[in-house]
Amino acid sequence: MLGIPDASIWSAYVLSIACAILCVVYGLLNWKRGMENDEQQIIEERVWESQEREIEESL
Amino acid sequence: MLITILVTLVYLFIVAYLGYVGFRQTKSSKDYLVAGRQVHPLVMALSYGGTFISTSAIVGFGGAAGTLGMGLLWLTVLNIFFGIFIAFVVFGKRTRKMGHNLDAHTFPELLGLRFNSKFLQGFAGVIIFLFMPIYTAAVIKGGTDFIESYFQIPYDVALFFFVIIVALYVWMGGLKGVMYTDAFQASIMFIGMVVLLIFTYVQLGGIVSAHQQLTDMFGDENVRQQTGKLIAGGFQGWTSMPVAGSPIWWNLVTTIVLGVGIGVLAQPQLVVRFMTVKSNMELNRAVLSGGIFILAMTGIAFVVGALTNVFFYKSAGKIAFVAAGANDSIIPVYIKTFIPPWFGTVFLLTLLAAAMSTISSQFHTMGTAAGRDIYEKALGQKGNSLFITRSGVLVGVLLSAVLALLAKRLDVSMAIIATGTALFFGLCASSFLPAYLGALYCKNMPKAAALWGMICGFITGAFWIFFIHEKESSSLQLVKALTGKTSLVKDTSFARLAMVDPLLIALPVSVVVTLLVWITYVMLKKSDMDVNHIERCFKGV
Repeated sequence: MLGIPDASIWSAYVLSIACAILCVVYGLLNWKRGMENDEQQIIEERVWESQEREIEESL
Repeated sequence: MLITILVTLVYLFIVAYLGYVGFRQTKSSKDYLVAGRQVHPLVMALSYGGTFISTSAIVGFGGAAGTLGMGLLWLTVLNIFFGIFIAFVVFGKRTRKMGHNLDAHTFPELLGLRFNSKFLQGFAGVIIFLFMPIYTAAVIKGGTDFIESYFQIPYDVALFFFVIIVALYVWMGGLKGVMYTDAFQASIMFIGMVVLLIFTYVQLGGIVSAHQQLTDMFGDENVRQQTGKLIAGGFQGWTSMPVAGSPIWWNLVTTIVLGVGIGVLAQPQLVVRFMTVKSNMELNRAVLSGGIFILAMTGIAFVVGALTNVFFYKSAGKIAFVAAGANDSIIPVYIKTFIPPWFGTVFLLTLLAAAMSTISSQFHTMGTAAGRDIYEKALGQKGNSLFITRSGVLVGVLLSAVLALLAKRLDVSMAIIATGTALFFGLCASSFLPAYLGALYCKNMPKAAALWGMICGFITGAFWIFFIHEKESSSLQLVKALTGKTSLVKDTSFARLAMVDPLLIALPVSVVVTLLVWITYVMLKKSDMDVNHIERCFKGV
């Protein structure tokens, strides 16, 4: 198959493409899921980011 | 040459400009959180890819595919499935939420705060600070090998220029992880690799024809003579897996495929990326482009790496390893010899982009490991942490450069870049993976279980690297200085163990110790974690 005689090699070739397709399908199915608008979460994130910026400044 | 230098300078200017614009945007924005939410998901996802993939993957592992064949594609499968899908879906979302709950900013800090242990944070920081330079050196060597071959200049000179460019990038603010810069670099990498694949397949008459030529090559008597040593080690051609249980099989399957494929789950510089995203939505979307990006990077590097044999053999009657002179030189010499000069310049930029986006995150991780994890948190010191952090970066730069210089003196047949990368990835998985998984999913896991699992995993892994696994122990020389042998088990009835990668021994040890301590705590009805603290960790997870 595909000019590759060893099944364990062509299956890796096909599986690597299949895994990428799995990622695409997962990304599309969940494209709009997981958005966080909760006020408390945004406040927590803001605290985290301000601390992160301080660390980056130090670098 | 002049055009190449000019194009490189233009590229560096664009990188610096994007860094400056991105930095100003976040600085001037009153609410950078909202500003961040408006960034296009593709920009966000590409910036991940830039951190994931380095010159190590393209030059080092591409070269390994040139020698060992397309069996490396199993690493692409693992890279996409574990490195993207499992990492983002299973680890990423919980890491992000728990990191925010605990206000953790580094991987050791996440583990340290989760298990309420400064020692754990410091210990993880020391492991990272001591061993990450090996991985960074592998990335630097990947870029240097290309510059050496492409410009036909000595390795030492190429290394000097490459480190200068990287240092300039770091000095210009490359450590600030500006998303647009990373995304720009990832775009260049993507275009460069896709063009490389198309060119290679077209030149060989298409996908099936190219693979068939590579398969047929191995039947040639002359090729069999050139691959005599490899055949003795279990090699069966570039489109076949090595003989199961042979030295090459152990190297390919345990070190390259499993070591890096599983090790990616506990990479400190990647774990931190999960915490910087705004919501789980970005993680979901990043899975999409991340999967395609990793396929385009590692998949192409491994396929093209193997196919270089057809080009070299048709033109010079030599297999890739013999024609290029070293495993890590296969991709650079292929680009130099068979690819149009204009693409050589594009590929140089591809490698610069791949190196800089990864190296910047490595220096970031080494600096924070020294300043925040070890000095500030584990040692409880205050005042000079800024100095220590910056010194940590400087020491990291110098140590990595020295290691990259020394790496040139190693045996050229041993896939130095791939081995160095696999060493760090494997050590991270052995030390951190059980504790990391337990931290995210097991509320009742005791601190002692995480700590002892990490300590035993690290000690076993380091012992195996320095004293047993011959591929590494023979280069590190410590066992030779002490015993005169390249591995403790050499010439004994356990000699086969010298082929087994440290990950295969150290990770199970780490898992077993973690479970044993945990079971002991359950049987004794002991607990070393505060219930309120656990609730805080898992709030909203």
